[in-house]
Amino acid sequence: MSTTTSSTPTPGAAVPRTIDVSGTAPVPFGRLVAVELRKSYDTRAGFWLLGTIAGLVVLAEGIATAVGITQDNSPGLDFGAFVGVAAFVTAVLLPVLGIMLVTSEWGQRTAMVTFSLEPRRPRVVAAKYVVGLILTVATALVAVAIGAVCNAFLGLGIGGADWTFGWDYFVGFLIVQSLAMTSGFALATLLLSTPAAIVVFFAYSYVVPTILALASAFLDWFEPISDYIDFQRAQVPLRDLSISGGEQWGQLLVSAAVWLVVPLALGLRRILRAEVK
Amino acid sequence: MITVEGLTRTYGAYTAVDDVSFVAQPGRVTGFLGPNGAGKTTTMRIMVGLTPPTRGSVTIGGHRYADIPNPGRHVGVLLDASAQHAGRTGREILTLGARTMGLPMSRVDEMLALVSLDDSEAKRRLRNYSLGMKQRLGIAHALLGDPSVLILDEPANGLDPAGIRWMRGLLKGYADRGGTVLLSSHLLHEVELIADEMILIGHGRIVAQGDKESLLREERPSTLVTSLDNDRLAAALQAAGVGVTPAGGGLRVDADPTSVGRAALEAGVVLTDLRSGSRGLEDLFLQLTASTQREQPAPPTAPFAQTQPTQGAVR
Repeated sequence: MSTTTSSTPTPGAAVPRTIDVSGTAPVPFGRLVAVELRKSYDTRAGFWLLGTIAGLVVLAEGIATAVGITQDNSPGLDFGAFVGVAAFVTAVLLPVLGIMLVTSEWGQRTAMVTFSLEPRRPRVVAAKYVVGLILTVATALVAVAIGAVCNAFLGLGIGGADWTFGWDYFVGFLIVQSLAMTSGFALATLLLSTPAAIVVFFAYSYVVPTILALASAFLDWFEPISDYIDFQRAQVPLRDLSISGGEQWGQLLVSAAVWLVVPLALGLRRILRAEVK
Repeated sequence: MITVEGLTRTYGAYTAVDDVSFVAQPGRVTGFLGPNGAGKTTTMRIMVGLTPPTRGSVTIGGHRYADIPNPGRHVGVLLDASAQHAGRTGREILTLGARTMGLPMSRVDEMLALVSLDDSEAKRRLRNYSLGMKQRLGIAHALLGDPSVLILDEPANGLDPAGIRWMRGLLKGYADRGGTVLLSSHLLHEVELIADEMILIGHGRIVAQGDKESLLREERPSTLVTSLDNDRLAAALQAAGVGVTPAGGGLRVDADPTSVGRAALEAGVVLTDLRSGSRGLEDLFLQLTASTQREQPAPPTAPFAQTQPTQGAVR
């Protein structure tokens, strides 16, 4: 049963029925990035994740310093080596950062507000990714700064530090860490859940290479294929930028397509089509 | 103004929103009323592009929502006051919104003052907010960008009576300045207090729309009557083809009081009480959405139920 009554005309009339949007500029991309950056540290979880990354870098480089001093720098530590030490820590935590950038929005349902204020969802996802890259670079710079302090201490302890800084290692570090962050980010877009993305990420970083190595050991025909699937191993020549030749690049690109591009493409498709609840 | 045309959203075999069309006019508060699960929220989510429609379209001020640049400056949205990060403070939540829209930070203070959240409350994290405080914050968030259209899902939910009165004043003033307000509720009295225009939805379909007076005009007459011999009166009324149900110590009759009085006179039954049994909008609301209610009202209060009164039930 439908009782439809036409609405009475508005008293006073002259109320605009259309909205003039010509005078409104779209939200600039830089502003989206600034807001997403703020969101990455304005909650306890975000703040402490960033704090933990910095704290563990200090701890790792501090231990390296202590070892260097007590053993009269028998490991041969130089400035660049401290950055390498930091990489062990950040390789684990930057992917988590990449994951949290995406999933915190879904776990806390803030995506409803975010996508109401910017319905062009690809721009929001791109802004989040830029924030991931900014924080990766910031982490690298912090690692270098802490490394400089530690190297100075080492110099004081053993009388004279080696300030050799391998730029190739630093650039390689930046690229590999960015890829690690991107892997987490890609999985997060696909799974949209913090615990699921973290579990899958670590399974894929640590379990998959082992399985691939085992499979290659037992199946001769699988070994050349495995080299094109193992993303972790394909990144090794990137660390010092020694990557060269069609084979190494091919292995990097193919494995990156499998582990980065495919999840990211599926994940983006999911975010763009998803009903945001 | 919000124009909804032929909006349909299905989930597999289930139709959440079924061919819904209506217009929310500028200068008026439009209430979107229906029981839980009637499709109000889905309709509002489609309006702001969070849920894709299966069919149909929505325009706001002549534009698709996704085509509005910086939409927060034109359309204020509150869909779920709890859909904010529990670890952010109220002030931080408004700050993020203001920054996204490119507003000065003074706007955050203005909005906090408008919804009466004081400084210490604004510094609290959302997880420590009561539902009423979350709603106030959500309304502040919706109003941040000084929009000309407001879309609010259950905004009065969790507000105390004073809060509802405050919101009525706020939204009326907003509409009087030419704004368009669409608010949903599953509680009739909230919408009755606040809205100029009502859209009743049940089971995904619009069952009625109009202002309060025009909706009541459509209602069928009803009379409450008590007599010294209810059984005989009921029999006489039924013989005249009028529906009768027992109600408390008397009868509810689907006819106007004049007809009931006349029937009593002809049957020679002494009346002890005779009055209009129109239960107003609530009755209409229940009646219109009865087939879609999750909990069917118990038979004695079921409006216009065609059950015959049993002899024992009528005392």
